[in-house]
Amino acid sequence: MTAARDGERKAVPNTRARRAGRRGPRRHTRRDLAVLGVLLGIPILLDLALIWGPTLASVGLSFTTWDGVGDITWAGFKNYDNLFTTYPQFWPAVRHNLLWLVFLGVFAAPFGLLLAVLIDRGVRFSRFYQSTLYMPVVLSLAVVGFIAQLILSRDQGALNAVIGGRNPTDWLGDPGLNIWMVLLAACWRHTGYVMVLYLAGLKSVDPTLKEAAAIDGATERQTFFRVVLPTLRPVNVIVGVITVIESLRAFDIVYAVNKGRNGLELLSVLVTDNIIGEAGRIGFGSAIAVVLLLVSMGFIVTYLVQELRGEERR
Amino acid sequence: MTLSATPAPARARSRGRLGVHAFLLVVSLAFLAPLLLAVYASLRPYEETAKYGYFSLPRHLSFDYYRQAFVDSGMGKYFVNSLVIAVPGVLITLFLASFVAFAVARLRIRGGTVLLMVFTAGNLLPQQVIVTPLYVLFNKIPLPYWMSDSLTVYDSYWAVIAVQIAFQLGFCVFVLAHFMRTLPVEILEAAIVDGAGVWARYRRVTLPLCRPALAALGTLQFTWMYNDFLWGLVFLSDGDKLPVTSALNNLRGQFFTDYNLLAAGSVLVALPTILVFLALQRHFIAGLTLGASKG
Repeated sequence: MTAARDGERKAVPNTRARRAGRRGPRRHTRRDLAVLGVLLGIPILLDLALIWGPTLASVGLSFTTWDGVGDITWAGFKNYDNLFTTYPQFWPAVRHNLLWLVFLGVFAAPFGLLLAVLIDRGVRFSRFYQSTLYMPVVLSLAVVGFIAQLILSRDQGALNAVIGGRNPTDWLGDPGLNIWMVLLAACWRHTGYVMVLYLAGLKSVDPTLKEAAAIDGATERQTFFRVVLPTLRPVNVIVGVITVIESLRAFDIVYAVNKGRNGLELLSVLVTDNIIGEAGRIGFGSAIAVVLLLVSMGFIVTYLVQELRGEERR
Repeated sequence: MTLSATPAPARARSRGRLGVHAFLLVVSLAFLAPLLLAVYASLRPYEETAKYGYFSLPRHLSFDYYRQAFVDSGMGKYFVNSLVIAVPGVLITLFLASFVAFAVARLRIRGGTVLLMVFTAGNLLPQQVIVTPLYVLFNKIPLPYWMSDSLTVYDSYWAVIAVQIAFQLGFCVFVLAHFMRTLPVEILEAAIVDGAGVWARYRRVTLPLCRPALAALGTLQFTWMYNDFLWGLVFLSDGDKLPVTSALNNLRGQFFTDYNLLAAGSVLVALPTILVFLALQRHFIAGLTLGASKG
């Protein structure tokens, strides 16, 4: 079957080359070109004007001081200097973002994989488990934030009601504690997402591979780690990308809980605070955004290079 | 192979299976518990839960809070706002993305791979990176009164819909391009021989074959656009225009928050996506995994 598919793949460029050679520039009529121009032009324009243009503008603005109304004055690296040395919330925010990444990567993603493996072994009621575990993913992060308050608030929260005790813990108000609670809520949502991705991946693993490993005397554990997991590489890459991007983008939950203050600072919250609030420190907010951009671009480019290699192999 | 299995390992396996069931059941219940608690809390009056706690037996159950959230706090209006943003957003995104994917995957236009990369990378950027310049830009672009009562793109649905589309295009192009590559080329070649132009090849030949992928993406995109929180918050200043997720904050009082009312609001906001998910589960999961399973 693979041989046939390879043949097909090779055949495509050949016929195309022949056709292009014979028909030359008349491959598309004028009407075709008009359709292409308009229907490719609009999305490309949208993407450039609303995504990449603003990205570049953010980079530019980060070197200026601007309050959004007055003149834009060049400031060089002053914003960055302030950010790294004097802005008190910056390093805590970086730490929280990193914590988010580690927590999702070390707990949520492997847990999702574990659940996927268990469900994939063909237990009964797998549909029920799958749906329930996946349910939190369809919730708005804002709703997740509110439900977290319902459970964790100090005076009436369900958790404190269970624990009892005379000195109730302020789960979401204590600046040393609240980030962990929010991370739990984030995990609640991330696990199901990862699980579904792995479930789909596991279904596409060739069963003869597992059989071959079993015949060679591999234990179930060896089979999984040495045979199955390596074949899931594309899924691993996607899960990695999603985990990184989610933890850099994290915003909604903390914003719903307390607008990202008092122990819940995140880079995204700092950007929003600096540009929307009364502060109007657009240049400074942009500098924080650029830090976010640089970190995420590192991961995005790595990922795309991988994709590109796959593309060439096709 | 099963024939040779001796009774002892079989028993061990069934015990292991029981363990797996117990584990999955506990985890599932733990995952459901917060939602069930929210529903339970929303049905009980504040005085009762304040006095006896959330785990007490109910003395009084009613839908009062739902009525209050829907009627007094005007959540119905915010639901409409969400639909005004999400429905055109999803339709236009799917239309534009499917054409770009078609051009990249099927017409093999020059620079197609670069195009694919640009769109995909755009979808992965943190939203905060583009927020500031867009905020300024939207404030600068005037619109006639009949299009926006704020006379600018800022504080109008145009802003939110446009950004949603631009942002989600990346994901849809990526997924659809992968999907279209798996379609047989022969049909398209036959269409070319029959003299079909680009539009006919897209609309009549390719799109009908993409129906499963479009259904999957549509479901997924609807929940994403509906769930979005940031764009509404940033680009709309008139409280009456907010989508329902951003408006949830309105249920919070200035000095006192009735958490049971908030629970009712949360359940109401979550309900549409949960219903969509339960009804179209197959599509939903397919949408997430279309991009992933084909490496």
